[in-house]
Amino acid sequence: MSFFRSKPGLVAYVTCGDPDLATSRAVILSAIDAGADLIELGVPFSDPVADGPVIQRASERALKNGTSLEDVLSLAEGIRNSRPLTNLIVFSYLNPLIRYGLPKFVTRAKDAGVDGVLAVDLIVEEADEYRALMEKSRLAPVFLAAPTSTDARLKKVAAASRGFIYAVARTGVTGAKTDVRGDAQQLVKRIKKFSKLPVAVGFGISNADDFRQVGKYADAAVIGSAIVKIIEEKSANGASPEVPAAAVGDFIRSVKRAS
Amino acid sequence: MAKSAKQKNIPGRFGAYGGRYVPETLMAALEELEAAYTKAKKDKKFQRELAALLANFAGRPTSLFFAQRLTQKLGGAKIYLKREDLLHTGAHKINNALGQALLARRMGKKRIIAETGAGQHGVATATVCALFGLECVVYMGAEDMRRQELNVFRMRLLGAEVRGVESGSRTLKDAINEAMRDWVTNVRSTYYLLGSALGAHPYPTMVRDFHRVIGREARAQILKAEGKLPNAVIACVGGGSNAIGIFHEFIRDKKVRLIGVEAGGRSLSLGDHAARFSGGSPGVLQGTYSYLLQNESGQVATTHSISAGLDYPSIGPEHAALHDSGRAEYVNASDKETLAALALLSRTEGIIPALESAHAVAEAIKRAPKMKKREIIIINISGRGDKDMGILQENIRA
Repeated sequence: MSFFRSKPGLVAYVTCGDPDLATSRAVILSAIDAGADLIELGVPFSDPVADGPVIQRASERALKNGTSLEDVLSLAEGIRNSRPLTNLIVFSYLNPLIRYGLPKFVTRAKDAGVDGVLAVDLIVEEADEYRALMEKSRLAPVFLAAPTSTDARLKKVAAASRGFIYAVARTGVTGAKTDVRGDAQQLVKRIKKFSKLPVAVGFGISNADDFRQVGKYADAAVIGSAIVKIIEEKSANGASPEVPAAAVGDFIRSVKRAS
Repeated sequence: MAKSAKQKNIPGRFGAYGGRYVPETLMAALEELEAAYTKAKKDKKFQRELAALLANFAGRPTSLFFAQRLTQKLGGAKIYLKREDLLHTGAHKINNALGQALLARRMGKKRIIAETGAGQHGVATATVCALFGLECVVYMGAEDMRRQELNVFRMRLLGAEVRGVESGSRTLKDAINEAMRDWVTNVRSTYYLLGSALGAHPYPTMVRDFHRVIGREARAQILKAEGKLPNAVIACVGGGSNAIGIFHEFIRDKKVRLIGVEAGGRSLSLGDHAARFSGGSPGVLQGTYSYLLQNESGQVATTHSISAGLDYPSIGPEHAALHDSGRAEYVNASDKETLAALALLSRTEGIIPALESAHAVAEAIKRAPKMKKREIIIINISGRGDKDMGILQENIRA
């Protein structure tokens, strides 16, 4: 099973529980109906060191209403039941997973219909137990590859990853502007030397033009902060979940149309 | 996380604790740093250069001072003070800042970033950057900038740029988050001069090594003064750099009790303190696996301490291992006990300790009267209290 049905695939990231779980659900369903191939379900964390201000604010909003990992998995289950074909990845910092208990998390995630997990601050060398558990439950462990990764490291990332490899488009946090013709293209080329897995490029992919460019050399592109920003703007002043959901759907359709 | 026995001998692991939990983007930089440090550690020229700077710039060795009037007043064990407060810039932090700045220079890095809580590490970093002509950016929580205003001015006077951090509880933890975001962005040109025995490998080991000089001196000094080892060594523990620095030389002396003092804050309910061993549990924060104050969902708890330098939800991983093995004990002192201890040391010995170090004094005050007169305590006075005058004016009627 390939994670990406279209070429290039579109991956949509949503911080779950921002500003509430009902909005997340509506937004994700709308993103899927607009053509997203894969949804990254962001687990909010108190100390998101890899994230820029947009996702930091989203995490704060989600935590303010008490969103937990359990809530994210329940959300995943609901989406899986409504849209059986779309791939779902849990995107989290490691600590909430450890606190929940890795064996319990892996079992519960599988039961909820999740396809894979990306732990942002877990490198391959620290992931023995995690990988063994994922393997056993047939969940895909997705690892990050960075422009600064040496070839030796890319080899390890390639060997440990399942489903796809997430190429970080540039050094830095999520959300800042990326020159998609720079580091990212080089990195994808280097990853392809070591792996046959599809490569998704993320960090700073914010519009149709970026998406089209990335699509020329990668299998998929991840849009995160740009979607989270729409949710932030459209759900302000207590708007109903349908408002941000419709806006995100329109945005994804416009990105896909242009590619 | 991975707790298998075979991991015990992996560099960067202390028992089950430590490791490297960072985004992949930082891994090449951590590997480069580890290689450079391993090489420098064995390089006699590096060590000579560092020793000369510690002696001539920082003012080492620091004295081990017999606190006669405090000893009499408490009526028990003899109390000695390891005077790290006498160092240039006012705290032990300069030991590590000099070591890492020398390393950064060898690695050809021209831009230095650092985080700071109380401002002591920030001042030490700004100082060494001025000394070596390096660009310096210090991240500091907005709350800490308010309560350690004098140190903010000192850093700026030394030519550093101080960037206030408004996220989270606006204290040390949030400053580290922001420094990590800077590092992940500018990793190719920037050296992250981390200020405590925290973070991803090799930081906990490297920072400890640069502070081991404290324990080496103290051990030799007490043997010279008393002809025997102390019964207890007491140090405050935020991230734990001064404590691991003085403890390390005594670890193999099994009869020497090693006592770390955490911030007991206002109370021991979550959010009111920074006592990781009273209410914390193992978890991952900012690159390392250690004890962590967190809620049931794995979100990091807010902390409180009257001393900005101890106001942090996690603790250096080597302390976590020393705690679990029982080789060191960890207690806490409340804000109130700390203020009383600071006042007492000031008036009996003419030494105003930093609020951080006053936590260690508070523990000695509890312990010394119960000990025999021939027994000995060493307290690590990790810094001086000049920076705390603002807070002290609000809290003590002098």
